[in-house]
Amino acid sequence: MSRQNRREFFKAAGLASAGLVATVTPAAASSAHLPDNAQSGMLYDATKCVGCKACMTACKRVNARPGGLAFEQAKFDQDGLWDAPEDLSGNTRTLIKLFKDTKGWSYVKYSCMHCQKPSCVSVCPVSAMTKDPVTGIVDYSKDVCIGCRYCQVACPFNIPKFQWDRTLPRIVKCDLCRNTNLKDKGIPACAETCPAGAILFGKRKDLLAEARTRLRQHPERYVPHIYGEHEIGGTNHLYLAALPFGSLGLPVLPSDAPAAFSEQIQHTIYKGFIAPIALYVSLCCIAVRNLKKGEAQPAPAVTPKKEV
Amino acid sequence: MGHDEFQKQEGRIFTTSFFVLLTLSLIGIILIAVRCVKGIGAVSNMSDGYPWGIWIAYDVATGTAIACGGYAVAILVYIRNHMRYHPLIRSCILTSMFGYGLAGFSVMVDLGRPWNAYNFFVPSKWQFNSAMFEVALCVMAYSTVLIIEFLPAILYSLETSRWRRLHLILDSLQPLFAPDKDTVLGNIGYVRAAAAWIRPRLDKVLIFIIVLGITLPTMHQSSLGSMLLIAATKLHPLWHSPLLPLFFLINCIYIGYSIAILESVISSYAFRRPYEIPQLSGLAAIIPWLATLWLAVVVGDLTWRGQLAAVWRFDIYSCFFLLEFALLGFGSLILFRDQNRRSPRWLFVSAALIVLGGALYRFNVYLIGFNPGQGWIYFPSLSEVMISVGIVAIEILGYQVLVKMVPVLPRIGHRRHARFRATTPRTGLPYPAITKSVTPVQPT
Repeated sequence: MSRQNRREFFKAAGLASAGLVATVTPAAASSAHLPDNAQSGMLYDATKCVGCKACMTACKRVNARPGGLAFEQAKFDQDGLWDAPEDLSGNTRTLIKLFKDTKGWSYVKYSCMHCQKPSCVSVCPVSAMTKDPVTGIVDYSKDVCIGCRYCQVACPFNIPKFQWDRTLPRIVKCDLCRNTNLKDKGIPACAETCPAGAILFGKRKDLLAEARTRLRQHPERYVPHIYGEHEIGGTNHLYLAALPFGSLGLPVLPSDAPAAFSEQIQHTIYKGFIAPIALYVSLCCIAVRNLKKGEAQPAPAVTPKKEV
Repeated sequence: MGHDEFQKQEGRIFTTSFFVLLTLSLIGIILIAVRCVKGIGAVSNMSDGYPWGIWIAYDVATGTAIACGGYAVAILVYIRNHMRYHPLIRSCILTSMFGYGLAGFSVMVDLGRPWNAYNFFVPSKWQFNSAMFEVALCVMAYSTVLIIEFLPAILYSLETSRWRRLHLILDSLQPLFAPDKDTVLGNIGYVRAAAAWIRPRLDKVLIFIIVLGITLPTMHQSSLGSMLLIAATKLHPLWHSPLLPLFFLINCIYIGYSIAILESVISSYAFRRPYEIPQLSGLAAIIPWLATLWLAVVVGDLTWRGQLAAVWRFDIYSCFFLLEFALLGFGSLILFRDQNRRSPRWLFVSAALIVLGGALYRFNVYLIGFNPGQGWIYFPSLSEVMISVGIVAIEILGYQVLVKMVPVLPRIGHRRHARFRATTPRTGLPYPAITKSVTPVQPT
């Protein structure tokens, strides 16, 4: 009796774990993903940037709405005359930083990478993070967001920021001025403002072509790599720089999208919700049969102690 | 599986530990109020690099695993058909109920915009790619299932209680209390009748609810592992594996059995009842095999991913990995010995080691092995810890009070229990006679 039981138990357990075992091939996870080069993006050329931070100011001017971006005070600046963010934060969507090492120095601009296969969109449990299928803009809706911060955990670039100091906090990240400057003038505020031409706005395919041209014409100025072309399945925000990107605070990433990997496992387990239902039904059958058996023999014998 | 297997624990509700726990709970609640007014940053050390702190790593990821006693014992009783463990199930379900309820409560404290949480129920917002969506819905459903599973105990009490406390409360309120005491007491009859009507009907369908209570944790415990699959670039390769969902599932089952042992030993000790040695030693015999299976899968997975070398690097990650491994291995080794499985002391020690090891695994995945990049550090702040402590205090408090109000603990001198009593060494403290000491207060 007990052996029969055990077999059925393992049969049911097998159903549940079959999904898990089937996923033992992560290599195939993300190969099917193709970048959509018609989406909008930005090309930032660190060798052209002069570090004037006009893009930061423009971003804050355009996107500062109640509860949104705010000035960040420096410690020495008691009167709050300057906006002095130290990093991307709940008040700052874009930021220029200066990196120095023995080989040289470089400015670098941080903001949302607008991934082709964004992790934040993949993990958001209530679809507050969305990716526009046409423009490719990864946007955020505070009216839907529950504030779980899973997007922050998931983002390999640590881009989404949370307003830790506010009673009614929200997530802050670049949306390419989708509802402000892009809507009004057809270009994000940072790209519009940049006096050095370091920020180009356009279709991803044009930006890639431009970046390749620059690499070909001035190979001595750049490291031979377009950051964002392949990183985690490709991003719409692309970088050119004179120093290796790893030394500019940009993470060195594989070309597989983590979202494709995790979604494949999740979908294998929950495909059509078949596995959970099968598990429930088979467990029900076993449990009901056990109950009936128990009623037939009112005093079940004490099973041997070595029973496992 | 009648109600005669269970009994109420007699004794005062307002003990010293009650007031200690109450104080801790109140401190937690005050700090939660501060969090609601001044924002999460005011009470916690979480940052944009470590957006999940101990409220998620402990209260949710580990707390629900510790609350898996009800799940693990239900598998044993209803699926593996070992009815002799049935006396353990109510206290396990009660702790599971509190564990999950409070994990849910912690989530609401942790969420930045909890007022939007209704979006989980809006179909157009559903997001099937998100492991968290699955976890959230499953946990909510399971909490409901646990309450239904526990309902028979409450209905039974409603039906048979003499309402002594209600009498006392009404007596103390009598001069000020507007509604007539007799009217209130007259309505007790309806409550009793309703409880008596619902209980047999619920008993008939209960098995389908119970099985749902086995299916749901299987789903969301594995999904708790899936949650970190996405953090491929942040979670240390020692822990980031495509088998994360499987690891979390096995992990919660052995934690579940261990915590069932711990709870039983502790409540036997605290309430001065005899130890449930025969049931516990049976549970304890399962754990080492599960732990061995788990360790084998972990080692196999590390070998397959080519990460075995990382184990012997002796950096902080490898140390925590080895510690987790050692706790589990050592705890299981103790339980492989038949003699140790009959000693409450060794049962307690080994179960504690295994719970610690299993919990450390979840901490490793959610916090210690999580590295968002250079410059980020996280260690919980005092108020952050006190909120977690307060939430756990509420849980223990609720357990303490409820076992004295409804029949939850196994009946002492229960038929099957009695058989073992002569042979098992009882190191516990003498227990009070179970004669009903309730003195009915007649309505005046």
